[in-house]
Amino acid sequence: MSTLNLTLHIWRQADRKAAGKLVTYKVKNVSTHASFLEMLDILNEQLIEKGEEPVAFDHDCREGICGMCSLMINGRAHGGQRATTVCQLHMRLFKDGDEIYIEPWRAYAFPVIKDLCVDRSALDKIVTAGGYISVNVGSAPDANDVLIPKEYADRAFEAAACIGCGACVAACPNGSAMLYTAAKLAHLHNLPQGQPERLHRTKAMVSAMDAAGFGNCSNHYECEAACPKDISREVMALVNRDYAKAAWVHRDRDDKGDGGG
Amino acid sequence: MNLDARIPDGPIEQKWSKAKFDMRLVNPANKRKYKVIVIGSGLAGGAAAATLAELGYDVACFCFQDSPRRAHSIAAQGGINAAKNYQNDGDSVHRLFYDTVKGGDFRAREGNVHRLAEVSVDIIDQCAAMGVPFAREYGGTLANRSFGGAQVSRTFYARGQTGQQLLLGVYSALSRQIGIGRVTMFPRTEILDVVVDDGRAVGVVVRDLVTGTISSHAGHAVILATGGYGNVFYLSTNAKGSNVTAGFRAYKRGAGFANPCFTQIHPTCIPVSGDYQSKLTLMSESLRNDGRVWVPKRKEDCGKHPDKIADEDRDYYLERKYPSYGNLSPRDIASRAAKEQCDDGRGVGPGGRGVYLDFRDTVKRDGEARVREKYGNLFDMYQRITGENPYRVPMRIYPAVHYTMGGVWVDYHLQTTVPGLFCLGEANFSDHGANRLGASALMQGLADGYFIIPFTLGHYLAGVNAKDLASTTSAAFKATEADVRARQDKLMNVRGKRSVDSFHKELGLLLWDDCGMARTKASLEHALAKIPELREQFWKDVTVLGERDSFNQSLEKAGRVADFLEFAEIMCKDALVREESCGGHFRVEHQQDGEAKRDDERFAHAAVWEYTGEGKAPNRHIEPLAFENVKLATRSYK
Repeated sequence: MSTLNLTLHIWRQADRKAAGKLVTYKVKNVSTHASFLEMLDILNEQLIEKGEEPVAFDHDCREGICGMCSLMINGRAHGGQRATTVCQLHMRLFKDGDEIYIEPWRAYAFPVIKDLCVDRSALDKIVTAGGYISVNVGSAPDANDVLIPKEYADRAFEAAACIGCGACVAACPNGSAMLYTAAKLAHLHNLPQGQPERLHRTKAMVSAMDAAGFGNCSNHYECEAACPKDISREVMALVNRDYAKAAWVHRDRDDKGDGGG
Repeated sequence: MNLDARIPDGPIEQKWSKAKFDMRLVNPANKRKYKVIVIGSGLAGGAAAATLAELGYDVACFCFQDSPRRAHSIAAQGGINAAKNYQNDGDSVHRLFYDTVKGGDFRAREGNVHRLAEVSVDIIDQCAAMGVPFAREYGGTLANRSFGGAQVSRTFYARGQTGQQLLLGVYSALSRQIGIGRVTMFPRTEILDVVVDDGRAVGVVVRDLVTGTISSHAGHAVILATGGYGNVFYLSTNAKGSNVTAGFRAYKRGAGFANPCFTQIHPTCIPVSGDYQSKLTLMSESLRNDGRVWVPKRKEDCGKHPDKIADEDRDYYLERKYPSYGNLSPRDIASRAAKEQCDDGRGVGPGGRGVYLDFRDTVKRDGEARVREKYGNLFDMYQRITGENPYRVPMRIYPAVHYTMGGVWVDYHLQTTVPGLFCLGEANFSDHGANRLGASALMQGLADGYFIIPFTLGHYLAGVNAKDLASTTSAAFKATEADVRARQDKLMNVRGKRSVDSFHKELGLLLWDDCGMARTKASLEHALAKIPELREQFWKDVTVLGERDSFNQSLEKAGRVADFLEFAEIMCKDALVREESCGGHFRVEHQQDGEAKRDDERFAHAAVWEYTGEGKAPNRHIEPLAFENVKLATRSYK
């Protein structure tokens, strides 16, 4: 089994308000079969042994689905391997002696919490504004009563594959969450169940995106290239059309007035 | 310890209907006066929080991840079972009930399992209505596939990410309630203790993981939906943050902990590749629909390229040993069979700890494109991790810790032995007996959260005065908070030399060897001697750097590992006392022709452990299991 010796330049920042800086570390004898996060584990063990505080980074499932991991590696969100999260990036893609720059997501809407961890609660706020179908538990018809053409079900699934990691935002020169928001909308709008609230949802989620401090989309498509789940930029066209329509015909609604209680 | 399971009388088909009618209700206008605390935002916790808020309760929901959408339910791949019989292949509620009781090796409660099978059909309806993009046929109807331990196709799925899609459904419902102010969400907040006052659960003590602030929260009821304890083994398919702390702290506050030795080893995971390994990755059981499991017949062939091994020299051992279920044998059986082949010296890959999962015949029959459509993301994941192309070379797989059937004891109402404290999903023990069938975890999580707790919690709250919300300045809260702070300080102040992970790895290896796929009296006694030594070393030599009152991932891990180091002991004790083999619990002394040999005379019960105080031996109680609808028999998948 071959191993690598690497030089890492890692962003260290004590908390949200502190100034951060790149700190250089050497890490030795990393197996090429290790994942990128396991390489950071090895570094952290070495730091702990020396009595230095380990590098904070977000991670959880380590199998590419929870969306928790979030690193800029040499300027590329998730490291640049197509359709791959950092936790699935393996060291066999690197060479002995490589210098690697590791930074947190950088976007106005994602303040740094510590080192490589950022606050992505702005993404949740977009969903809270309307990213759901209003159907209380207990009121559903038999699942096969509503037929959905496979083509639409597949499109909905492909959009719903978004893991909410925020790589699209980090990759965008404008820090826009357009791909994320559009994926959420395209998931629901390719399904018959999503139609009744379609215009309200579009308007509400786009407004929430703006309010949360994300930038505007100006069609760079860096988001699509960075997306670990291969979400297509096509989803954005759908939103733009719906948004224009919503601006003309949609009446605002008051969610607090009714609902399920 | 009161272990009255409160199972309703009457025929099994009518128990749940009867229970629902007999339960007291809370007037719609009064619901908002009740505060409910939900810990965990996965399928069970998230569904409970959303549904209780829909009903009108005032809900607070906590999760340690940065968003409720990241709870570990998200990682479930294969599917969710439901007795819809859409395939017209002979399925029914009774058959799902029967398969689950049998699959669990007759160590689950019949009443609970039947209810689970009943509500399974409602789950699919609800999820479809919420926009979960299940796989569909060209005609627009829902598609199904098969899973282990069943001879019907009842598994609904969304490619290889059914868990994520179901959780996004839950997350959307939860988000709706957060948006209209009925749920207050606390992400990046970890539970560190349960507050019990005068025998009732009245709240929790939590830590804000960003600031390190410890705070108390009071509720009329507390619901734990905190997942399983598989990470006690260090290497497992669980997410890195998954832990036993909530359940274990509840145990120390008086909740019984049931069947901790019932752990599931999943047969199809990517084998360990080195000591840097931080987790194991599952390859969905759905792959066993089309993949064939084999090892070389002869030891000397193990080093050969698989293409060079002729068909007659391959041992398709699952098909050979279990002709009627073949590659779809239940998980415990398939795992043990893999270990058996490797122990026999016929394993493949590094260290001989692997077997082949081969798609050659399916690719030949259906074409690569069809295989890609069904399993593409799993194949890609395999290739990213191993660097090998599974369309060309068979996958190598080996069993790994995946799920824990044991958990906090609950009655039919999902209430623990502490009134007001409820436990849902993988965190409880109730539905899977000694072995969980594939695609049944998602079913149970959503059943508990969407369809059971909304009824049973109402029944409990109807007997509680809404004005009796505990004060977080009460003596019970103060004392619990003080305990939590003392434990944090203790961890910070050891200032030893060894990292938290090094202890966790050592514990994991010990348990894997001594309390893993095969257990003996000697191995368990060995573990029980070693665990206290390791725990003592931990408290002498662990190092937690950084600040206590700040974002500190080492401190988070240290608290979880400290609890694992105590919990491991009741797990091994439970395995030692249960002198039989059943499901995932395989005592080498108790087998017949290599198959698990149950002892129904002595062990047809749930073992429930009661905490008796620091340094004292816990008490073991039993809840006898009655089998009135399924005949106790030796499981046969042959």
